[in-house]
Amino acid sequence: MDFDFSSEEKMVRDQVDRYLMNNCENGVFRSVLEGEGAYSEDVWRGLVEMGVPGTAISAEYGGVGAGYSTLCLVAEQLGAYLAPTPFSSSIYLAAEAIQLFGSEDQKQTWLPKLAAGEVIGTLAVTESTQESTEDNIQVSCSDGKLSGRKLIVPHAGIADLCVVVARDINAGVNLYLVDLGDAIGASPGSVSVTPIDTVDNTMNSCSVQFANTPCELLGAPGEGWHQLKVVYDRAAVLIAFEQIGGARKALDMAVDYAKGRFAFGRPIGSFQALKHMMADMYVALKLAESNCYYAAWALSTDSAELPLAAATARVSATQAYQLCARDNIQVHGGMGFTWEFDCHLYYRRSNYLTLMLGGLSTWEDKLIHALPSGKAA
Amino acid sequence: MDFNDTEQEATFRQQVKSWIGDNAPTYLREELELSGFGSTRTGSYDPLAEAKKWQKKKADAGWACIQWPKEYGGRGATPIESVIWNQEEGVYNKLSGTFIIGQGMCAPTMMSYASEAQLKRYMPTLASGQEVWCQLFSEPQAGSDLAGLRTKAEKEGDDWVINGQKIWTSGAQHSDYGILITRTDPEVPKHRGLTMFFLDMKSDGVDVRPIKQANGDSGFNEVYFENVRIPDAQRLGEVGEGWRVSLTTLMNERMAIGGGIATGFPEIQALVEELHVATGTAIDNPAVKSKLADWYAKSAGLRNTASRAISALSKGEIPGPENSIGKLVAGGMMQDIAKFSLDLQGLGGAIVDPEIARGSARIQAMLMRSPAVRIEGGTDQILRNILSERVLGLPDDMRADKGIGFNKIPSGS
Repeated sequence: MDFDFSSEEKMVRDQVDRYLMNNCENGVFRSVLEGEGAYSEDVWRGLVEMGVPGTAISAEYGGVGAGYSTLCLVAEQLGAYLAPTPFSSSIYLAAEAIQLFGSEDQKQTWLPKLAAGEVIGTLAVTESTQESTEDNIQVSCSDGKLSGRKLIVPHAGIADLCVVVARDINAGVNLYLVDLGDAIGASPGSVSVTPIDTVDNTMNSCSVQFANTPCELLGAPGEGWHQLKVVYDRAAVLIAFEQIGGARKALDMAVDYAKGRFAFGRPIGSFQALKHMMADMYVALKLAESNCYYAAWALSTDSAELPLAAATARVSATQAYQLCARDNIQVHGGMGFTWEFDCHLYYRRSNYLTLMLGGLSTWEDKLIHALPSGKAA
Repeated sequence: MDFNDTEQEATFRQQVKSWIGDNAPTYLREELELSGFGSTRTGSYDPLAEAKKWQKKKADAGWACIQWPKEYGGRGATPIESVIWNQEEGVYNKLSGTFIIGQGMCAPTMMSYASEAQLKRYMPTLASGQEVWCQLFSEPQAGSDLAGLRTKAEKEGDDWVINGQKIWTSGAQHSDYGILITRTDPEVPKHRGLTMFFLDMKSDGVDVRPIKQANGDSGFNEVYFENVRIPDAQRLGEVGEGWRVSLTTLMNERMAIGGGIATGFPEIQALVEELHVATGTAIDNPAVKSKLADWYAKSAGLRNTASRAISALSKGEIPGPENSIGKLVAGGMMQDIAKFSLDLQGLGGAIVDPEIARGSARIQAMLMRSPAVRIEGGTDQILRNILSERVLGLPDDMRADKGIGFNKIPSGS
């Protein structure tokens, strides 16, 4: 038994940490937030040059093959620096779906390009302001053509490739691959992508309208919803690592401010009302971190415990980031509510990540569903 | 990262399993499973005698305090082996409650400060449960502010003479020895005037009186000292260094109770899987599900945090104040779980008669014991101070007693 990451894994983490520290300070997030570009092309290019997107893609498909534990630590850093790149959509979701369910041909076509950052992918699920279920998917496919609207798709404005959850008239819910560039080139007007404002505009969220858009099946017919859940369980671990990365920075920011800000003749961090709040932030973070470690192990070993471990990590990482981002504002007082201070960056990202892959209640439900009966114990 | 056993660990586990299979007191199993929350249930058998019997059996076969060196009654095992032992000992571990303070807290302090001859004399009998130890720290005027303690130790020849009173001493009524922190110099600021000793609890002038607790049990005691003599050879650490010595004990206390601490999760899971509420089986109710998921995530978080601490320990790192989170999380959680579990049962939840109440009234016992968990061994508030000051590095609160001689500190009396 060894409950820690290996030194090789930590080395990759430190390398990504150093790169982001020097190239992805919060100003980068801010400039995307304020509308200067849909994402940070510089940071994305830098990560691509280091081979980071290919971390867990196997070498035969152009990746590094360093495994999912390493990718978890990469995700933690991306979350910590609020990196405004399409990493999560392209790697945790699109590339993952293709790796798991793609035909050999689809893997050969797409994975090397995704690993090399030549192609940006995403996953389109949500169609309304209801939580998505197998029954409320309405985007449909007939004769290899998609029709209907996905209401909100992260990074769709910059994506070249989209994995779409849609209903086949005969087979039920399937996953489909849409080559967006190709589709638009071949039949103009078959896809229209409209940016929409969200709580975190650095996620480049868009509505995507399909109108007889050419697509190809990904994975087995009728298995789409199940496949989506498998992808989500794996992505949940990675998003949870992004969440604890961000939570850590929000907590650090609160602690630093509380040490330097004086009121009533003393640093505000010496008041128990505030230090106890920060102790609680630390506790939530520590529990989430430990659950994430366990989930990283379950993910990297394809353990049968993955659904439970992923939901557990996801629930506690969501709680931790929500708490740290919220109370970081509280520690800052009025200054925390200004645009100028960075508190709202974490607040924005934490709330967006909470909803990505389905919200907290969805994951609580999954956790209980995956929990073995107490009677068996 | 690997949460599975290595080959060597698997062999060790097999060895443990087979020894426990052959030797455990299986006749106590059913009752022990119902224990917890302040009491060890052994049915018609005497709990202390059964605890000592199991401990002695383990010691004779080399399975007591397995991480300790062999010459002190242990096995020289690694931290991971110790985890494996605890996992396999399982429910029988509940019999060890009597020895936790002595083995988990007094022993590490002794091992840091006592002489070799003393260790050879006292450690093996502590490991085998033949002698029970207690920790004499808290006082009526010194709980959270432990360094404000008043029990006096005055030097007379080669002895120290002790006068004063301790309180909240677990297991003092069964104890043969104890470690005792005293004030040897009231003139200097409070942390600098303390000195630690160990003593024979059967010494003249020691008077142990059980406390009747709010939940009706009596696990804790008051201990009075009237001209009790302790030889100077039983001093642990230098005169005036008692505070530093006590930190060794307290750090180990957090390790000892952090990992395997009860949270109440298995109890509420068992309840909601079978209990019917207005909407059907309780576990299918969305409000129940949401709370249960939150509590599972917390209890898994504690378990995984303990695993990480053990990994760090096995790589030679020293357990730090971050281990304070175990009791902080578990205490509040246990209380919340108890209240919610009873709420689901309506007025019937108020019944504490184990013959009538659901689940032999374990949840009611949890309700009544949980306030103490949030106080003993460091209140929730003190633990938050520790986390924020020692882990996060936040500044100390302003202290009215800083730098003042102990006898000049305002006491309100």
